[in-house]
Amino acid sequence: MKFRTLVAFVGPSVFMMLLFIAAPLVSVLMQSFQVTQPVMQQIEVETCTPGFLTQTCITETKTVPLIDEETGKTQTTTTWVGLQSYRNLLQMPRVWDAISTGQWGNILQIDFWKALRFTLVFTLLTLPMVIGVGLAIALAVNNAVRSLRGPVIFISLLPFIITPVIGSLAIYWLFVGDGIITSLIERWTGNDIAMFAQAWTIELLMYVYQVWHVAPFAFVIFYAGLQTVNMDTLESAVIDGANRWERLRHVIIPHLMPLIIFIALIHLMDTYRAFEVIVGFRSQAHVISLQWLTYDFLTPDDAGNRAISRASASAMLTMIGIVVLLILPLRRTWRDHKGTT
Amino acid sequence: MALKQLALGGAISLIGSAVFADCAFENDVPVKSLSAGFEAWKAVTDAMSECGNFSAELDQEFRKKQPAAFDANPSLYQIGGVSNGTITPLLNAGTIRPLDDLVEKYGQNLAPNQLIKVDGKTMAVAMMVNTQHLMYRDDILSDLGLDVPTTYDDVLAAAKAIKDAGVVDYPVGATMKSGWNIAQDFNNMFAGYGGQFFNADNTTTVNSEAGVKALEMMKALTEYMDPEYLVSDSTYVQQQFQQGKIAMANLWSSRAAAMDDVAESQVVGKVKMAAAPTAMEGGAPATTMWWDGIVIASNIGDDAADAAFRVVMEGLDSDMVTENNDEAIWLIAGYKPTDLAAGVVATATATPAPPAYPSTTQMGLLHTAVGNELPAFFTGERSAEATLAAVTDAYTTAAKEAGILP
Repeated sequence: MKFRTLVAFVGPSVFMMLLFIAAPLVSVLMQSFQVTQPVMQQIEVETCTPGFLTQTCITETKTVPLIDEETGKTQTTTTWVGLQSYRNLLQMPRVWDAISTGQWGNILQIDFWKALRFTLVFTLLTLPMVIGVGLAIALAVNNAVRSLRGPVIFISLLPFIITPVIGSLAIYWLFVGDGIITSLIERWTGNDIAMFAQAWTIELLMYVYQVWHVAPFAFVIFYAGLQTVNMDTLESAVIDGANRWERLRHVIIPHLMPLIIFIALIHLMDTYRAFEVIVGFRSQAHVISLQWLTYDFLTPDDAGNRAISRASASAMLTMIGIVVLLILPLRRTWRDHKGTT
Repeated sequence: MALKQLALGGAISLIGSAVFADCAFENDVPVKSLSAGFEAWKAVTDAMSECGNFSAELDQEFRKKQPAAFDANPSLYQIGGVSNGTITPLLNAGTIRPLDDLVEKYGQNLAPNQLIKVDGKTMAVAMMVNTQHLMYRDDILSDLGLDVPTTYDDVLAAAKAIKDAGVVDYPVGATMKSGWNIAQDFNNMFAGYGGQFFNADNTTTVNSEAGVKALEMMKALTEYMDPEYLVSDSTYVQQQFQQGKIAMANLWSSRAAAMDDVAESQVVGKVKMAAAPTAMEGGAPATTMWWDGIVIASNIGDDAADAAFRVVMEGLDSDMVTENNDEAIWLIAGYKPTDLAAGVVATATATPAPPAYPSTTQMGLLHTAVGNELPAFFTGERSAEATLAAVTDAYTTAAKEAGILP
C-alpha cells in the first residue's frame, strides 16, 4: 500500500484517538499531580432556619470559599503536589505498619488495596471460567442437531445482549432478602438466607454473574473457530485411535490457541474495569472495585466537594494495572506474530 | 396519586379560563425547576404548573447536577429545590440570589419562619421540615404491653420483647445503606450522645467518647435487624414497614404518609409516630432537623426571577397544602397537623431540641468519610476506635485537598 493511501485510511482514526483518548489521558495525568482548591476564608455568619413554628438563629464562624468580585466565580488556586495524591491513595505508612506487625488483613481496610484485591481476584478467577464455559457451549452447539442450533445459539447469546447494569440488577433482585430465589430456597430449607449480608456470598454471586454475562462472547468466537478446524487432521487422529478428549486436547485446543489468547486479552481489559456489578449489587459496604473507587472520588457530596486529584491518581493506577496484566498475553502474541513472519 | 392530579388538572384546564383562579396570574416566562423527587415536591411542582410555562425536573440525584447547572450562565434552571444539606454548594458559589425584594413584593402569605436567612439576607424559602423520628407498630406494642420507647435503651428492650414474641421478621429497621444513609444514621446517634462534629479549627472530633458510644448503640440495634441492613435505604425500610416485616424504625417523617397508603401498605392505621428516642439521659432526641425549600438562581434576568418567584408562591400556597396535607410537615399557613405529624412535633419541641443538620463544606466532607469508613465496623473488620480513627484520617485527607485544613 502506498504511504499516502495508508495515511488517508489511518489518519482519521489516529486523529480521533489523539483527541478523545490521548489528550484526556494527558490531562488526567497532569491533574493527578495537581490539587485545585478554592481560596477559603473564615467569616462570622448568622444563619436562621425554621424550628417548628419559631425560627432559630445561630451565629457561627464558617469556612467558605472566596468569591471573585469581577467574575462572580469562586477563586481557586492550583498547586503542583507531586505524588501527594498517590500517597493519599496508597497510604503506604499504614501498609508497612500492617506488614511489620504481621496483621496483613489491615491492608485490606484501605480503600485502594481493598479495591485492588477484589479487582484482581475477580479478573483472574473468572478468566479460566469464561474460557472453559465458552468452549463447552461452543462444543455442545457444534455437536448439536442442525435444527436445534439456531435456537440454542440465540438463547446462549441472550446474557451477552442484556445491558450489564440491567443484568446485575436482575441478579440482585433475584437474590436479595425477599427476592424470588431467596424466598424459594428459604421455603425448601427452612433457613433464613441473606446473600447480601456478607462479602463472600456477594463475591460468589458476582463471579457467577460475570461468567454468565461474558461466556457467550467466548462462545461466539470459539464457535467460529471450530468451523475452521482441519477435518483431515481430525480424521487421522480418529484413525490413530485418539478418543474425544485426546482429539480436544491435541487437535482442537492448539488450533483455537490464538483465539483463547484474544479472548483472554479482551476479558482482562474489560473485567479489570468492573464497575456495574458494584453498583448493581449495591456491594459498596463489602466489596469495591478500582473503577468504582474512581467514580466515588468524582461523585460530589452534599456540599459539592469532589476529590478530583485522587480520582485522577486512582484512574492512572487502574490504567497501569491493566497494562501490567496485558504484558504476558501480549508478549505471547508478539512472539507468535514474529514466528509466522 | 400524581396521575390522578394530572388527569384532574387536564380536566380542569378544559373547563376554561375561570379555573385560572387556581393560579393568580398567567405566567408567560418559561420557568424550570430542579428538585428532589419525593411526594412533597410532586405536590408543590404540580401546583406550580397550574400557572403555565413551567416544567419541573424531579430527580433524587439532583444534588449531583444542581451546583453545575446553577453555575452556568444563564442558569439551566430558575428554581431549585434544596435542603439544609444541599444549599451549601449554591451558597458557597454565590449562584443563588437574595430574595428579600421578591419576598416584599409577592411574599405576603409567607410565615416569618419560612425565610432562611444568611447574614440577614433571605436566601431560600422553606416549605417543610423533615426529620428522622420513631415510627412503631402501635398494635404490636400494645399487644405485648410495651410502652412507646423514649430512649434507645427502651428501643433495645422493646426489640428483645418483640423478637421473643416472634410477631415480625425483624423488630427493628434502619436506613443503614453504606454511604450517605449510614453516615446520617451515625450523625443522628452522635448528636444524640452530645457529640460536636468539629473543633474551631475545622478538625473533626468524631473520634471521641460520643462517637464510640454511638457506634456501639448502632451495633446493638443491628442484632434486631434484617442482616442485609448495609443495603437498606429509606425506601427499603418504608417497604419493610408496609409489608409488616418490621415493628420499629427511626425513619424520615416524609415517609409517614406511605404507611397509610391503601394501595401499597398492609398496615394502614397501625403505624404511629413518636419523637426520636434519646440516646442519653437528659439529652436531645438522637436526630437532626432538616428543612426543604426553594432557591432562585442568580445567573438569570430579573424578569425571569420575578416570574419564577411568583410561580413558587403559587406552588407554596394554602390551596396546595389543603390538598396535600399529609404529604409533609408543611410550614405553610393552612397546614393542620394530624397524627402523622405527632412525631415531628414531639421531636422538634423537645428540650433540649435536636440540632439542625449543619450546612457547611466540612460537614459534606465528614459525611462522605463516615459513610465510606463505617461499614468496616459493622462487618466486624475493625474496632470502633480504629473505625473512628480511619474516619478522622479520611476526613483530614479530604479537607486538606479541599483547602479547609492547612
